[in-house]
Amino acid sequence: MPETINPSVDSHARVGVYICHCGTNIAGTVDVKSVSEFAASLPGVVVAREYKYMCSDPGQALVQQDIHEQKLNRIVVAACSPLLHEPTFRRVLSRAGINAFFLQMVNIREHDSWVHLDKGAATQKAKDLVRAAVRRVSLHKPLQKRQVPIHPSVLVVGGGIAGIHAALTLADAGKQVYLVERQPTIGGHMAMFDKTFPTLDCAACILTPKMTSVASHPHIRLWTYSEVVQVEGYVGNYKVKIKHKPRYVIDDLCIGCQECIAACVYKEGKTPDEFNLGLSKRKPVYLPFPQAVPQKVVIDPDTCIEFKSGKCKKTCIEACGDRHAIDFKQQESVDEIEVGTMILATGFKTFDPKRNPSYGYGRHANVYTSLEVERLINAAGPTGGELVLRDGQTPKSVGIIHCVGSRDRNTNRWCSKVCCMYSLKLAHLVRERTGAEVFNFYIDMRTPGKGYEEFYDRLLDEGVHFIRGRVAEVSDFAAHPSEEGKLVIRAEDTLAGFVRRIPVDMVILAVGLEPQADAQDVRRMFNISCASEGWFLERHPKLAPVSTFTEGVYIAGACQGPKDIPDSVAQAGAAAAEALALIDTQFVELEPYTASILEEECSGCKSCIPLCPYHAISFSDESKKASINEVLCKGCGTCVAGCPSGSIKQNFFEDEEIFEEIEGVLAYA
Amino acid sequence: MPDRPSDAAITQQFEPRIVAFFCNWCTYLAADLAGTSRMKYPPNTRVVRVMCSGRVDPQFVLDAFAHGADGVLIGGCHPGDCHYQEGNYKALRRFELLKRLLADLGIEKERIRLEWISAAEGDKVRAVINDMVKKVRALGPLKLERDAKDVWLAEVAV
Repeated sequence: MPETINPSVDSHARVGVYICHCGTNIAGTVDVKSVSEFAASLPGVVVAREYKYMCSDPGQALVQQDIHEQKLNRIVVAACSPLLHEPTFRRVLSRAGINAFFLQMVNIREHDSWVHLDKGAATQKAKDLVRAAVRRVSLHKPLQKRQVPIHPSVLVVGGGIAGIHAALTLADAGKQVYLVERQPTIGGHMAMFDKTFPTLDCAACILTPKMTSVASHPHIRLWTYSEVVQVEGYVGNYKVKIKHKPRYVIDDLCIGCQECIAACVYKEGKTPDEFNLGLSKRKPVYLPFPQAVPQKVVIDPDTCIEFKSGKCKKTCIEACGDRHAIDFKQQESVDEIEVGTMILATGFKTFDPKRNPSYGYGRHANVYTSLEVERLINAAGPTGGELVLRDGQTPKSVGIIHCVGSRDRNTNRWCSKVCCMYSLKLAHLVRERTGAEVFNFYIDMRTPGKGYEEFYDRLLDEGVHFIRGRVAEVSDFAAHPSEEGKLVIRAEDTLAGFVRRIPVDMVILAVGLEPQADAQDVRRMFNISCASEGWFLERHPKLAPVSTFTEGVYIAGACQGPKDIPDSVAQAGAAAAEALALIDTQFVELEPYTASILEEECSGCKSCIPLCPYHAISFSDESKKASINEVLCKGCGTCVAGCPSGSIKQNFFEDEEIFEEIEGVLAYA
Repeated sequence: MPDRPSDAAITQQFEPRIVAFFCNWCTYLAADLAGTSRMKYPPNTRVVRVMCSGRVDPQFVLDAFAHGADGVLIGGCHPGDCHYQEGNYKALRRFELLKRLLADLGIEKERIRLEWISAAEGDKVRAVINDMVKKVRALGPLKLERDAKDVWLAEVAV
């Protein structure tokens, strides 16, 4: 093994430098041997080595052994990003019996070998960064992580299948769960579906038992028609405010008999029903759908006569009788809870096809979105499960257009992942219910998943037509008598090599999945990040898919990216397991990067006090000095940079340490 | 290709030294993402990680210039997205004052830059570094008045 040992180094800091090859990831671009030789020549360096994989067991053992044999007391590891392996090497230092914070990581992979092509320049950069680290690490002070207890309760945001599954998993493990849902009922998008692919089991049959378990679970506090409005605190100790919108119905008194709905002065519904996407009408007092959980009605103040004029006969109150569940004076209320961890399962929204006017959604009556068709073929839907056109006729031919709002440079570039499969499912259901000819227009069929390709094969056998080509337009212009009164789908058939015009009675747009409209507000509130498309950003795309960069906040389901039901449930289970793992450690370790005041130097100018967003700095009128409450300090260092007399220091980011680093990177000829 | 500089010109081309202060939560991650996405940018920057752009003491910038940096780049979270609520606003305040001070010292404004780069914007890291290297290269090496540097070094030596 290439190494340079200089045991005669005589200074307080005896530094070991380790250069990782990371296979060829680093060594392919950076001349690791030359970096190692360079490191060995730096003042204070006792040993410098290069090794194939520093993070491997032998790599770690190497460091540990050198600490013992060479009496090292400072370690520099030049490898990947500190966000990946800093914890690994800190543990090595601890195991070897020296303080974990006597380590400095140098990022020569993400910030060097992977982004530069010129080997000479990349090697020079690695040397500069190593020099800076060696100079800096000599100044490192021993630090201890702070331990704070973890509150065992969990907040789950979003009552779709992901949120439901996560909540049940946690509650079954005996943890107190708060499940917050914005709509009056839980169930999310899955509750709107008719059947699920590829098994064709009915969505309601598999979902509603879980929904009722949520409502009856002793460890779940279910808050529907509620929203999180404020999040404060840190991992293990979050304080969350939840706003409850008024239902104008007292939860504990309403038994879900729905007599008030029958008794409402409106004989017929007049308001588009949200759950049926406006395909049916509802009254001002309504239950979102028959299996809604909780089974509590809601009164919509925008359409209720009592709210508009105050002169309603209030037949609903009469019908409710001595249950007295209806309360027109109900006000918005706020609950404040303490939780240790939070799971976001806020789901997705579907693409608005009006953004692509060539498909005629909103202009041609019989152009539907896939979600609307889910409601139409659902037995509990607006037509009782009959797939009919707007005029009540059964369609004889149906076109399904894939990738509407997906894989499209003009709208969304990503593949929404579920549309091919749900389009196949709809094709099957449309044929089953109506016997219509079904034409699928696709770009590529994407059916990876257990039993998915087999389902596609089955559809091919069922006689559904598949035409490969992105549809150019849907119009009602008849170029031939056979097209009269039909919707004409025009697309280039890229397999046959010519443009086709296919007249159909109904067009179904397979709309893609998008981040929720308020995803940006939500992620700000929870202090997490979004990827550029607006999906919540996971800590690592492969190895930490449900964690975020904020400790104690996890993500599950389609808020992280387009996902089908099995994947959403799997993620929800993973998020619940991560939360449980954290809760069961009972204590969370916080980085010791807090700031403190050097009292003898503080002039008492108070300029630091307004800089702290956490109110961690206070001023003593007796001593005329400021002081920092370490428990409240989050370690940003803003006050340190703002102190005019330099009398605040931040652990691990002390001025002298950063100056050494700056001067170290610049000390090249 | 008449526009192509000769090989000799390439090797002799001035390579600016740029010190970059990146916050731990947004811009440092963005630079990591640029790496995992194998984006390519010139090797002129040296990143110093701080927890928040609010930690960037104007002294750090002056120290970098005094020790031979030709440019300084500060990267923080977008307004409203700071991991510490508002550290980036404090960074912005200091940056505005610092720019005036640097102008008085005769340091061109292209040599100091504050950018909001979120964890998802690996491509912005690449674009900003490309652009900054190009502009600072065009300016040439930073020439500080000799005594200005000495005064500064004496100041921080205290």
